[in-house]
Amino acid sequence: MNVQAITVRIIRQFKRDKRSLALMLLAPLLVLTLMWLVLDGDRYEPTLAFVNVPEQMTELFKEQDVTIKKMGPTEAETALEEMKVDALIHLNQSDVNITLEGSDPSTNQAVMGAVQKAMQNAVPAQSMPFNPNFSYLHGSDELGLFDNVGPVLIGFFVFFFVFIIGGVSFLRERTQGTLERILSTPLKRWEIVTGYVSGFGLFTILQTALIAFFAIYALDVWMAGSIWYVLLISILLALTALTLGTLLSAFANNEFQMIQFIPLVIVPQVFFSGLFNLDAVASWIKMIGQIMPLTYGANALRGVMIRGEGFADIQMDVYVLLGFAASFFILNIVALKKHRKL
Amino acid sequence: MEAVIEVKGMAHSFGDEAVLKDINMEIGRGEIYGLLGPSGAGKTTLVKMIVGIMEADTGEAWVEGVKMPSLEQMRKVGYMAQSDALYSELSARENLEFFASIYGLKSRKRKERIEDVMRVVGLTEHMDKPVRNYSGGMKRRLSLAIALLHEPDVLILDEPTVGIDPVLRQSIWAELYRWKDKGGSIIVTTHVMDEADKCDRLAMLRDGYVIASGTPIELKQQADVDSIEEAFLAYGGARS
Repeated sequence: MNVQAITVRIIRQFKRDKRSLALMLLAPLLVLTLMWLVLDGDRYEPTLAFVNVPEQMTELFKEQDVTIKKMGPTEAETALEEMKVDALIHLNQSDVNITLEGSDPSTNQAVMGAVQKAMQNAVPAQSMPFNPNFSYLHGSDELGLFDNVGPVLIGFFVFFFVFIIGGVSFLRERTQGTLERILSTPLKRWEIVTGYVSGFGLFTILQTALIAFFAIYALDVWMAGSIWYVLLISILLALTALTLGTLLSAFANNEFQMIQFIPLVIVPQVFFSGLFNLDAVASWIKMIGQIMPLTYGANALRGVMIRGEGFADIQMDVYVLLGFAASFFILNIVALKKHRKL
Repeated sequence: MEAVIEVKGMAHSFGDEAVLKDINMEIGRGEIYGLLGPSGAGKTTLVKMIVGIMEADTGEAWVEGVKMPSLEQMRKVGYMAQSDALYSELSARENLEFFASIYGLKSRKRKERIEDVMRVVGLTEHMDKPVRNYSGGMKRRLSLAIALLHEPDVLILDEPTVGIDPVLRQSIWAELYRWKDKGGSIIVTTHVMDEADKCDRLAMLRDGYVIASGTPIELKQQADVDSIEEAFLAYGGARS
């Protein structure tokens, strides 16, 4: 009854506050789209440096969408390092060595595509062996960049927007005096927190589903696993963000102070959640990521979306997220003690 | 006299600043009890402790024989805070429905009570307007309506008539008298001296102490003055 009262009221407030609702639902799509545009642009026409490549083979490549530059070995290597060419094809006796610059996954894909097409044309026509050795100046033959960061971004945006909106609305409850007012009623503290979680939970599920479906079906992010696991993880992340947001709002006196938590709470999570490769950093820095909810969400989302992992593989992350959400939930109830002992 | 509200030896400090030092009072059934004092005298702090949303450093507040805070007693108290604690995105009706539902008022009773209290505060025609568009006085009246909503035994009103015009102030006081006649107890804080005259009994608060208490007539007689304002100054030592 009481929980329902809060839930219904929050739904009504959301309907009234269209701007917040629009921010929560549409802003992630906009930002996600912008990043997608930046990271996953049109097919790129690579420039290749040819060293000692015979005329027959050059002809095969000329049919592809590539720019060919004939160079000497040293000149070509310098060009590759300076990123003036995207790959270097070097014939050493009968071996074909292809070195890719490698720092941009979409460029890598373009080079590989061109080489493969040239190969297909070559095999039936010529008897010469055409079995290239690939190597990379930087990076490796990973997936596309957006495929790689997309799952992390989905988790990040869910976390970010729910954190801000949940935190600010609980903060407003305190600053406009309504929190004190409802604490003067027989409402129990756990009922207030539960009401918040279930009222917001509804919009959170809507937001989460929209982000996940948009990323997977409209932006065509690599998706090897089940959409249901993606939704499960995102919703757990959202619950964690909501309970953390309302909890931290106790330490903010106005909306601006709430916004100030972004660089403190949100941004570090971006750096340690796996968006950036942490293989090269010291292990104590990696440990910082272990206390951040987004690390577990991002890890599970990547596992499901890129590697097609099932529940057995992601269950650890799921339990940790559940643990985070449950602890923040309880801490919220405890924090309300500051206002009323009962 | 049966004491509905009792405050015993209450003292409280915010940091180094002692707001309440030693407050004792008893309020009976069917009594309008005024807390009079300049702003910053600790009136709001005192009523928050009676309501149960603040804990005193020392001392106790009792409502109908039960020590506060108590969730059961909170059902019997109607509280109107000094700041209008309203959800501005929602309409008056939706605000009232929210609080009605917390107090467990069911469908028909709820509708009845909502219409009743809105009539009392003269806001019936603004029922479905978003509170955002209300004037300051209208918000005060809606806050009062919410405090009356669940028919509490005890009304605790923190500066209920601030920003309300004299005509409406009269009608609000008329409602308070009706409430009192039905056996309700009311605590009103005010810093408006002429309102103090309307209370059955008064406590004058200053520097954390009750400097004087009694009926308005007693207070004026003892200080040998004609108005509450002069009485307040007299007890405060301004005349000595």
